[in-house]
Amino acid sequence: MSDHTRTTLRPSIIVDGVKKTFTLNHAFSLKDTVVSFIRGRRITSTFEALKGVDIVIGEGESVAILGYNGSGKSTLLKLISGVMQPDAGEVLTRGRVAGLIEVGAGFHPELSGRENVFLNAAILGMSRKEIEARYDEIVAFSEIEQFIDQEVKHYSSGMFMRLAYSVAIHVELDVLLVDEILSVGDAPFREKCRLKFQELIAANKTLVVVSHDMEMVRELCTRGIVIDKGSVVFDGPVEEAISRIDV
Amino acid sequence: MSDTRDLFAHVPRAEFDVPGRSRGLIDAFRWHYLLRLLVRTGVTTRYRNSVLGWTWSYVRPAAQFLVFWVVLGLFLDLERGISNYAVYLFSGIVVINLFSEAFKNATTSIVGNAPLVRKVFLPRQLFAVSAVTVAFVHFLPQVGLLLIVCLFMGWITQISILSILAIIAGAALVMLFALGLGLLFGALNVRFRDAENIVELLLLLATWASPVLYSWTMVRDALATLGWPDWMLEIYLLNPITQAVELFHYAFWYPVTQTDLALPPALAINTLWTFLISVLVLLIGQAVFRRLEGRFAQDL
Repeated sequence: MSDHTRTTLRPSIIVDGVKKTFTLNHAFSLKDTVVSFIRGRRITSTFEALKGVDIVIGEGESVAILGYNGSGKSTLLKLISGVMQPDAGEVLTRGRVAGLIEVGAGFHPELSGRENVFLNAAILGMSRKEIEARYDEIVAFSEIEQFIDQEVKHYSSGMFMRLAYSVAIHVELDVLLVDEILSVGDAPFREKCRLKFQELIAANKTLVVVSHDMEMVRELCTRGIVIDKGSVVFDGPVEEAISRIDV
Repeated sequence: MSDTRDLFAHVPRAEFDVPGRSRGLIDAFRWHYLLRLLVRTGVTTRYRNSVLGWTWSYVRPAAQFLVFWVVLGLFLDLERGISNYAVYLFSGIVVINLFSEAFKNATTSIVGNAPLVRKVFLPRQLFAVSAVTVAFVHFLPQVGLLLIVCLFMGWITQISILSILAIIAGAALVMLFALGLGLLFGALNVRFRDAENIVELLLLLATWASPVLYSWTMVRDALATLGWPDWMLEIYLLNPITQAVELFHYAFWYPVTQTDLALPPALAINTLWTFLISVLVLLIGQAVFRRLEGRFAQDL
């Protein structure tokens, strides 16, 4: 393992012995609970999404997290972004973490594009000054200047995603978490996004990508971590990681 | 990955953040810009696509007022016991409406913002705080209406610093209390949607548990007739909503009314006590909220 090269970097994300277990409730009402109890059926079951994961990601690294559906990739990303808390172990991050986990989650259909830019950027943790300074850049990137004062509910889904994506990608950040949204918009827009990501990598930002788009992963990331059934099974160069997942 | 253990030992923890750790209500100040945008969104989108728009903020309390005034004031003849009953009634209704709206909206605020709570980390208390603030914005035109009526009745000549203070204290009291309860029930509502129904029930009771439609002396007299102990009246009066309603009566109704109806005893000192109770409720609500907050994303 090539850990000696990594330890020389300043760590940006530390995931130390992290476990996450979900308890699934089968009985929601009192009636269900009583019925299950009488029949001797279990009312909850547990699902171990992450079984003790150790990962250190250095500053400026771009890392792909690979694995099949349900392997725990997205859970890991949610723990790093702070949306969920680990059951055991700890997650530490340095600097501002921004997640492209679900773009457009904070968009309000009744507000105009302009108002939504401000609202969403604020949700992602930007201050008013920062938003005002970047506003033109955000709108220019989305290429929907002429519709910016219309209500978002009249947007086409492509326009909507482009605006949401532009906001998210222009957030002031040190660590960017990307979950499966590299497939936004048409080919020219995707190319623009790819360039933007490369710009971020060049600016020594840390990038963590969860994706099934191996082409994109190969282009952006240098390191790959393969997760299977909640455990890290491979951590090393991205090509090797991809070959592991293809088999 | 055995060598990562040693790596962690050398890492200075002070440089790192633990993602998802909230600082409680202090976050509402740190994220004040977002709070402002959330409030603005709540206020501007509320009556979007309705023809009457903001008029609904007046129509609802007006209808409520009319029903109570006709049934209780005229049919049941409460007007004889409480002179100037219309103003008495409306100043109470305004307070109850503020409480209902704030409490109900704060309770549903977390579930209502489920997509955000599940996907983006931001201080979730903001949703409850913004819900209460939006309720306050809707409360203002109602107070304006009350003020206009009182001005016509010669309120301006009777106005005092104390009545202004009473209005501010009453509104603050209700909002604190509603925020505390809203945080508590809002957090419980994520896992147990029963909370919403319990809140509906509590709100139904709230109107009748405070001297909005009747006067506090009726409670005192009833307790005396039944021979029940005095401390029950104390408890009745220490309800923050009761206190806020009485403060509004003191501010709006007393100055414009010739009445021999006494103010509740210790109105001033009870303001302090009820403030303490509200702050206590807020601390409890916030403690429960912070305890449950870590599980919101997976329970929604």
